[in-house]
Amino acid sequence: MPATTTPDQVEPVLTEALIGFGTPAEAINPDVTFEALDIDSLDLVELAQIVDERFGVELKTNDLKDIHTLGDLVATVVSRA
Amino acid sequence: MSGRPNGSALVTGGSRGIGSAIARQLAGAGWPVVVNYRANEAAAAQTVERIEAVGGRATAIGGDVSDPATAERLLADATAALGPVLCLVNNAGVRADNLALALSNEEWESVIATNLTGAFHLTRQALRGMIRARFGRIISVASIVGPRANPGQANYAAAKAGLIGMTKTIAVEVARRGVTVNAVAPGFIETEMTDGLLDEIPDRVPARRAGRPEEVAACVRFLASDDAGYVTGTTLFVDGGLAA
Repeated sequence: MPATTTPDQVEPVLTEALIGFGTPAEAINPDVTFEALDIDSLDLVELAQIVDERFGVELKTNDLKDIHTLGDLVATVVSRA
Repeated sequence: MSGRPNGSALVTGGSRGIGSAIARQLAGAGWPVVVNYRANEAAAAQTVERIEAVGGRATAIGGDVSDPATAERLLADATAALGPVLCLVNNAGVRADNLALALSNEEWESVIATNLTGAFHLTRQALRGMIRARFGRIISVASIVGPRANPGQANYAAAKAGLIGMTKTIAVEVARRGVTVNAVAPGFIETEMTDGLLDEIPDRVPARRAGRPEEVAACVRFLASDDAGYVTGTTLFVDGGLAA
């Protein structure tokens, strides 16, 4: 894990994960809500797992309640990494 | 074994009885098998030897599933030994029979801890890898006791009924990730665990006989197969018609 984690490192990883869930790449941007992307609670748990594995940031269920967009998630990961 | 990614099967309580039969049949179906045992290392080693003698791959790993710390370690050790666990069989079970009025807290808690909570901990841990792999098979060995009454086994019945409820809900939660979650519910099966209990039972069983561990294992083998990919959230009774 690098000493400083930047948005440029986090966003591509999460974008790739969202594409893996079946989200069309062209629909993904930092401001669109997960709800609009049809990302459900299981997807969010899997995203949290990826974040833990790749960046060492543990997100609890309560944390996820306040995360509505890719931008929110990237900012949270960067602030805690 | 065409459709599934490479991975291993983990059978808790796999050293003897139904668990050993399950481990051997899964190995026969091509799964590398981790035989988990709590105390009987020699029996687990014997199961491994039997699998290897017919060309299968297996290893024995100790661990008490009632200990909350076991799940993470067991999954990590199993993965290191034989690859990611893509088939989990929650088979480990204990009995501590008594009428409910006389059932001690320890007897209640120990049976729930091994038979239900341990299965949940293992399932939760195994699901992490399965949902990422987009493939998984979780099969819990429940019992006809739970769906049906059996005086003297309130703790066992609660745990086994709990397994069936857990199976249904988790099956729905993860179905779209290619992970199936099912249970088998054996009736009266000839094992060391039921030794001495079956003498008068066949008369109550429509099939007029007790079952064999291999007959339960064959159902687990099916539920673990590619052919069972559209079977999830169900409980397959293996009881000679007793619950019919």
